[in-house]
Amino acid sequence: MSQTMKELLVDPLVDNNPITLQVLGICSALAVTSSLQVAFVMALAVTFVTGFASMFISMLRNQIPGSIRIIVQMVIIASLVILVDQILKAYAFQISKTLSVFVGLIITNCIVMGRAEAFAMKNPPMASFIDGVGNGLGYGLILMLVGFIRELFGSGSLFGVTILQTVNNGGWYVPNGLLLLPPSAFFVIGLLIWAFRTWKPNQVEEREYKIQQVEAH
Amino acid sequence: MSDPQSSEPKGAIAKFLAASPDSVGKTIFVAVAVCLVASMVVSAAAVSLRPVQEANKLKDKQVNVLQVAGVYEPGINVTEAFAAFEPHVLDLATGEFVDDQFDPASFDDIAAASDPELSVALDDDPAGIGRKAKYRVIYLLRDDAGALDKVILPLHGYGLWSTLYGFIALENNGNDIYGLQFYQHGETPGLGAEVDNPRWKALWNGKKLRDDAGDLQITVAKTQPAAGADFYVDALAGATLTSVGVDNLVKFWMGDAGFGPFLAKLQAGEF
Repeated sequence: MSQTMKELLVDPLVDNNPITLQVLGICSALAVTSSLQVAFVMALAVTFVTGFASMFISMLRNQIPGSIRIIVQMVIIASLVILVDQILKAYAFQISKTLSVFVGLIITNCIVMGRAEAFAMKNPPMASFIDGVGNGLGYGLILMLVGFIRELFGSGSLFGVTILQTVNNGGWYVPNGLLLLPPSAFFVIGLLIWAFRTWKPNQVEEREYKIQQVEAH
Repeated sequence: MSDPQSSEPKGAIAKFLAASPDSVGKTIFVAVAVCLVASMVVSAAAVSLRPVQEANKLKDKQVNVLQVAGVYEPGINVTEAFAAFEPHVLDLATGEFVDDQFDPASFDDIAAASDPELSVALDDDPAGIGRKAKYRVIYLLRDDAGALDKVILPLHGYGLWSTLYGFIALENNGNDIYGLQFYQHGETPGLGAEVDNPRWKALWNGKKLRDDAGDLQITVAKTQPAAGADFYVDALAGATLTSVGVDNLVKFWMGDAGFGPFLAKLQAGEF
């Protein structure tokens, strides 16, 4: 093992963030970030699923046949997601109503599959668990940042607590309705990726093409 | 991590674990075993959590009934407060209770709307719901002396993106609106979803359904109609289609195809 446990946990937060560096898991990041509370629960759910899915898959990694490995991974991930969905429905009913299908769609979140396939199949359970949790937290960090911007400027509140009194409620703030709609997360995430890559220039990908310099005749 | 091939495995299980995972037998075994364990975990969770989930759903509906009747405050005992409400299954066509045929506590009128035996297809369908259940669960709220105070009627219809499900609370004369509230919808946040805004919901309080001639006059619109301010709720700014949807569904459910027969009896003082 070249990476220590701490590196496994901290690396995906900024240096190897699944959203801003690998640009994975964007679809759910668009859907669940219109309020911080929902984004927070979603982040917890994804962290739980990536952590435990990676751990279980890593425990079975020497027994999983290559021909059906993706299916086995999917079964484990899907079971954990259903478990999370059922628990939310039982103990956080209002939030599960808001998250609706997006909890179920954690199954298709590329981050979970990506960590299972790229890391857990080759590493021991404890390291895989830490790696899964780290990536879940990295995803959650971006979710919270996007949720912060969208809820503050879209509804004038944070975690449902009014910060900017909106016009509809008799205040002065005219909320930006676009921020409440999913496409706005594209802009916010795009700007975040820009900010991250300006801060850490080594994250900038190499160009796949080069503009040819032609001598003037 | 120990290499399983390094020493000769002893016993059937150890041999099996050490076998190459890519053999046909092992592939089938792993597939079956993983599916079995996963299905057991999932079904155990689903079965053991079901009572809590059902209770949540019921409580959610009860909270909405309490809210529309104006008796909800955060932290109150919902079950206790809800006990004051009398549920009844209502036959829409006759306006009579049919509690002897269906149990009001468990009858699901939303599911009944897609049951061919319990519903009718609508030709004239302004609310955009396709089929209408013949029976709906309504709630009567009586005061301490046992006199009828309010009736809570369910209503639903199509807005811009989604079907809005809600309740309307009427005073005991069957004509004055106490409140309107939607408990489920998927309208645009910030625009159509402002149907949840307390300030907009408060506009409904004190409005009337019908004028003295008995014509249904309640309207959600941008400008006040000729019937007057008593029958007029200002439409939501920036949410024309949601407002039109709410207008249609209120008119539909309060009209003759909806609770009209029941409201006529209510006005006659039958309950």
